Amino acid sequence: MFSIIKSLWLVFLHLFRKKATIQYPEEKAYLAPRYRGRIVLSRDPDGEERCVACYLCAAACPVECISLDAAEREDGRRYPGFFRINFSRCIYCGFCEEACPTYAIQLIPDFEMGEYNRQNLVYEKEDLLIDGEGKYHGYNFYKVAGLALGNKAKGEAQNESPPVDPKSLMP
Amino acid sequence: MATLHIDGKTYEADPSKNLLEAALSAGLDLPYFCWHPALGSVGACRQCAVRQYRDENDKNGQIVMACMVPVTDGARISIADPEATEFRSSVVEWLMTNHPHDCPVCDEGGECHLQDMTVMTGHCSRSFRFKKRTFENQYLGPFLNHEMNRCIQCYRCVRFYNDYAGGHDLGAFASHNHVYFGRHEEGVLESEFSGNLAEVCPTGVFTDKTLKGHYSRKWDMQSAPSICNHCSVGCNTIASSRYGAVRRILNRYHHDINGYFLCDRGRYGYEHGNHPDRPSRPRLRSTKQSGLEPETTEVLAAIGSFLNEARGIAAIGSPRASLESNYALQALAGREAFSIGIAEASSAVLDALVAALREAPGGPASVRDIEHSDAVFVLGEDPSNTAPRIALALRQSVRQVSIKHAAAHRIPRWHDRAVRDLAQGRKGPLHSAWPAQTRLDEISKSAFCESPNAIAKLGFAVAQCIGEDSSSSSSADSPLQKQAKAIAADLLEAEQPLVVTGTALESEAIIDAARAVVSALAKAGKSTVRLAGIAAEANSIGAHLLQGQALESIVAKVMNGECDTLIVAENDLYRRLPHATVDALLDKLSKLIVIDCIPSSLTRHADAFLPAATIAESDGSLINCEGRGQRFFQALSPKENLHATWDWVGRIQVECQRSDTNPWPDLDTILAKMAADCPELAGIREAAPGAGFRIHNQKIPRSPRRFSGRTSILAHESVHEPKPPEDKDAAMSFSMEGSALQPPAALVSHYWSPGWNSAQALNKFQEEVGGPNRGGPPGLRLFPGGQNGRPHGSPSTESAATPDQLLAIPLYQVFGSDELSNHSAAVRERSEPLAFSLSAKTADRLGLADGDSLSLRIGEQKLTATVRLDPVMSENLIGIPVGLSDTPVTYLPLPAQANVCE
Amino acid sequence: MNPTVQTLLITLVILFTLLNFAGVLIWVERRVLALLQDRLGPNRAGPFGLFIIVADIIKIFTKEDWVPPFADRKLFILAPAIILFTVLLSFTVVPFAPGIVVLDLNVGLLFFLGLSSMGIYSTVLAGWASNSKYALIGGLRMSAQMFSYEVFMGLSLMGVVILAGSLNLTQIVEVQRGMWFIIPQFLGFLIFMIAGLAETHRMPFDLPEAESELVAGFHSEYSSMKFGMFFVGEYIGLTLISAMIVTLFFGGWLGPAWLPAPICFFLKTFAFILFFILLRAALPRPRYDQLLSWGWKYLLPLALINLIVTGAIVLMTGNPQPN
Repeated sequence: MFSIIKSLWLVFLHLFRKKATIQYPEEKAYLAPRYRGRIVLSRDPDGEERCVACYLCAAACPVECISLDAAEREDGRRYPGFFRINFSRCIYCGFCEEACPTYAIQLIPDFEMGEYNRQNLVYEKEDLLIDGEGKYHGYNFYKVAGLALGNKAKGEAQNESPPVDPKSLMP
Repeated sequence: MATLHIDGKTYEADPSKNLLEAALSAGLDLPYFCWHPALGSVGACRQCAVRQYRDENDKNGQIVMACMVPVTDGARISIADPEATEFRSSVVEWLMTNHPHDCPVCDEGGECHLQDMTVMTGHCSRSFRFKKRTFENQYLGPFLNHEMNRCIQCYRCVRFYNDYAGGHDLGAFASHNHVYFGRHEEGVLESEFSGNLAEVCPTGVFTDKTLKGHYSRKWDMQSAPSICNHCSVGCNTIASSRYGAVRRILNRYHHDINGYFLCDRGRYGYEHGNHPDRPSRPRLRSTKQSGLEPETTEVLAAIGSFLNEARGIAAIGSPRASLESNYALQALAGREAFSIGIAEASSAVLDALVAALREAPGGPASVRDIEHSDAVFVLGEDPSNTAPRIALALRQSVRQVSIKHAAAHRIPRWHDRAVRDLAQGRKGPLHSAWPAQTRLDEISKSAFCESPNAIAKLGFAVAQCIGEDSSSSSSADSPLQKQAKAIAADLLEAEQPLVVTGTALESEAIIDAARAVVSALAKAGKSTVRLAGIAAEANSIGAHLLQGQALESIVAKVMNGECDTLIVAENDLYRRLPHATVDALLDKLSKLIVIDCIPSSLTRHADAFLPAATIAESDGSLINCEGRGQRFFQALSPKENLHATWDWVGRIQVECQRSDTNPWPDLDTILAKMAADCPELAGIREAAPGAGFRIHNQKIPRSPRRFSGRTSILAHESVHEPKPPEDKDAAMSFSMEGSALQPPAALVSHYWSPGWNSAQALNKFQEEVGGPNRGGPPGLRLFPGGQNGRPHGSPSTESAATPDQLLAIPLYQVFGSDELSNHSAAVRERSEPLAFSLSAKTADRLGLADGDSLSLRIGEQKLTATVRLDPVMSENLIGIPVGLSDTPVTYLPLPAQANVCE
Repeated sequence: MNPTVQTLLITLVILFTLLNFAGVLIWVERRVLALLQDRLGPNRAGPFGLFIIVADIIKIFTKEDWVPPFADRKLFILAPAIILFTVLLSFTVVPFAPGIVVLDLNVGLLFFLGLSSMGIYSTVLAGWASNSKYALIGGLRMSAQMFSYEVFMGLSLMGVVILAGSLNLTQIVEVQRGMWFIIPQFLGFLIFMIAGLAETHRMPFDLPEAESELVAGFHSEYSSMKFGMFFVGEYIGLTLISAMIVTLFFGGWLGPAWLPAPICFFLKTFAFILFFILLRAALPRPRYDQLLSWGWKYLLPLALINLIVTGAIVLMTGNPQPN
């Protein structure tokens, strides 16, 4: 009985406390750099698309809102022919970012994506691709992969020795 | 059966197997690389280490390679032993020291045996700090992509390519840490089985190049069990699709047919469905000028009125179309006005083949039977080009003798290197009779390269020799007689003799001769003798069982005015009849309706055209050359305007008011009607479970459980997701929803098992490793054998061609002679241009050299091509490749007399 | 003025005020609750977020009005009407100020008790007619709760009746000129307040709705304005209980002379409404069996003791009874 009265009093006192409400949109909340908001596709330090269309983000997505199709450039570099995220389904869990082996897909601190028309929440590659490296600087997947590519021949990646001559029997 | 103790549990195991096979058959996970169920063990990779104990008192035991130790009764091994586990983990770590950081861009990723095994052994962190070894890649042709950095030196590729498939141009180069697998120089891999390297390679060194062009991961592909329709063997395949197009074909294990391997025509021919010019909309000639694309309903209504106004309707099916499609056409036009679309001559040969197959003791030989034969007589066939999977099996059959030899020395057959070393290249007898050089010549004991008539004569002579049992040769014998005696002796000596024949040379006499050989052998006490037949097309046998009219009689019906409207389904008449005949036929017709899935020459002349679904987009049944009825299922629900031919015909039935509703709304209905109409085909219903089949009330999913993008694939069209298409024809769903349990073998759409993402998961779908599919191999054999129905023939008495006349005979190309696969870009790249094959003598007589141009007149048709010298062809024969797409003359009634034009 | 016209006018004014007040309460409750929870509450639409009321009304009227196909259609439609009807009818006997009363019944209190019992039909029928399990459980809880608390709700007021010697609410108020009944009848007040809360199934006694257990209880299947009627009914019920407490225990319209009687009545009522909102913010929902056992084991005996003691005191002191 006393505890009821006590809690009534304590709750009543809250009337005079400072309010926690942030008056968004006039006031903005602080969002940490690793906040999981809108998804973008970033570029590597050379300005090329980082995405190599490996489909891991799509596989990791628990709501299956990512679809893409691989295409290949003349020089053998693979990229997504289309890359679609249905943000009306996205739950911003960040699994895609965790799955991404090239740091291409990143979640950024922006959640202001409201639309009156649900169809506008379907983002295509041109909506997703940004002109920078996003959160992770300096990483270039093809510099560590063994694949030869355009201006990078075999043995030119990091930590690689030059190609073996298969016609030689020398040790 | 032997008793085997693995980690304290007791299992039954087959003593003819090794410990690895026994462990896998028991359902245990044990990593391996170099061992392959079809290739045997060599003990190269050291991955399958287990600890073996002498007896129950032995506490120490020793580490052994499971693949190199035979199962013995009471053997005790431990997979979980800490030292063995660490050993396996270290082996993977060594293999991974040079493996590149490629998985995201590697086509094998997600279905990689190396990935699976790395996870299985528990290795996760690379402690090797030095540089990675690299290799240059090679261009290997349109089928395979080479990425040598990824190699883990398991030697599977060369063992398959050279030892199993008889290839010559793939080798292991360099030494120690630099071993390189490739060709001696860049170039196309010659073997027609090279595509299997994509599946044999445990990682991504060899990958499917056509898949690379439109890459999708295994977990994303919606797949269905399909049947290869590029030859008559009927290999089981898995057709996989993504975003509404077929992306690749994978081997689907069938114990009695294709086993683990497909040929490249079957693996890469699927792209005819992705041909850029593939007609995908219904068309009407009347609206062609206006440039408007008519609606489907409009075209169907027009066809309905064509048929209602027609004086008479005739229908032409096709031996490459499914049974259901042919039956639907027969039901529309009536038995009298339906043809399966092959000329009378071909039809007679096919009839002879079917009769031979019906009569064959023990039923027609399956590919597996062929592999296990120890003496083979190939009569008038070139399996390497007409039925490549049979040629691969024949390459195994000549090894039977070495396997038996090894068994006598108590070397088990899985001990691959030892068996081969002991045999020292010894081969079993394979006798081939074919007018020109074949790729099997290199393994055959004798090759008889004469005219079709001479080949038939040889066959009858062999039959006679077997009957007479006159093994002694006399000097008075003609060379043919001598050869016949040698062949007869080999066949009589064998435990399981085999005769292979087929329709390639369009000769009834050859097939009758083969039949005579088989029955002579059976009479001589060889009850194990088998007969294998090869037909021209995927459903030649099945279509023949529908008993249509010959193509010529339909032509006659049109020419005499009995019929004026013709429906042709999946058949290019220009490939079946002389141009002039077809042109005359088309002139006489008032309306032509064409249903097809490829842009054939006939489609241009159609008054109404309906686009047919390809085999991967439709459901139906095919009967292969073994008389096995097999079902194929849609891998994808095709675009709105594409339907199976039988479905189109059902819709037409409604339009021309023959029926109020579609008479066959689903596959099971048309199968039931067909079974009622043709009792012989009734068994086909048992080939696969019907649409009502369920596992715990659930359908079988077509997609793997990790299928991605479901809420996004169609989001660009509408954010409101449509319901997945419903399948009324099959017990499978167009999604990942459904039973997670293993379906019956006929409904297996992908191989996956926990921890086994690669195609090697297949182990879990077999009753034992390398054994029959769980629940038995799919399909139903329609010919039990032993049915006697046709009088025995005799060698034709017609005289051989006069010396100065040339006899043109048909030759086949594995890449080029098949109509459908010719529309696949990769296969087309491999097909060779038209060239006449003739012997050096004939060339000399005609004053020609290799590469010269020659014009021939055959009947009324003229044909010009370059000349290629064939070292083994006999004089006065000229081989003309048939079925090629790039020639002006697509039909020749071969064999026929040819005259040289000046 | 013609008495009939006057009554009609008063009725209309009361009806109008009440319905609008219920609307305003939507905003009041949200704002006050928010403030008690360190939030601001609706403050966007219009001044102080007042237009939320309009927005809510528009919203609730434009939602799809759906009757489940499995429901008993007639009763389903009837149920929300009953609650609004009974609660509004109860107000006819509430004296807002001298003369401002629709029906100055001499059995006003009984009338109120009777109508508040009628209200039970609304929820029970809603629960039953919805033909869904959550709704049915909600309806069952409501009936058990009502049966239990109605008993001592009536008993708790008997002390007041004894003291006032009348069932006429105007007279009861008049009797309190000397002393508000809160002082002699403190126990009765407590019991009546608790029972009243239970009757209006307000937090913390909202077991028939109990969204964490029953989705939305008896009105799970209701949508649009049918749901709106339950919603408004609840707020008017809250106002009614507050008004009754004021009338019976806090001297009704009585107050300082400078304050007009209706305003005084309103202020007192409003204070109780705010108190109820505070209760909602502060107290957890009791378990269902706890609710019933308190009712029967503690509140009923207390109500009886209160009645007996009051009766005894009145008999002993021999307080004069009017008429």
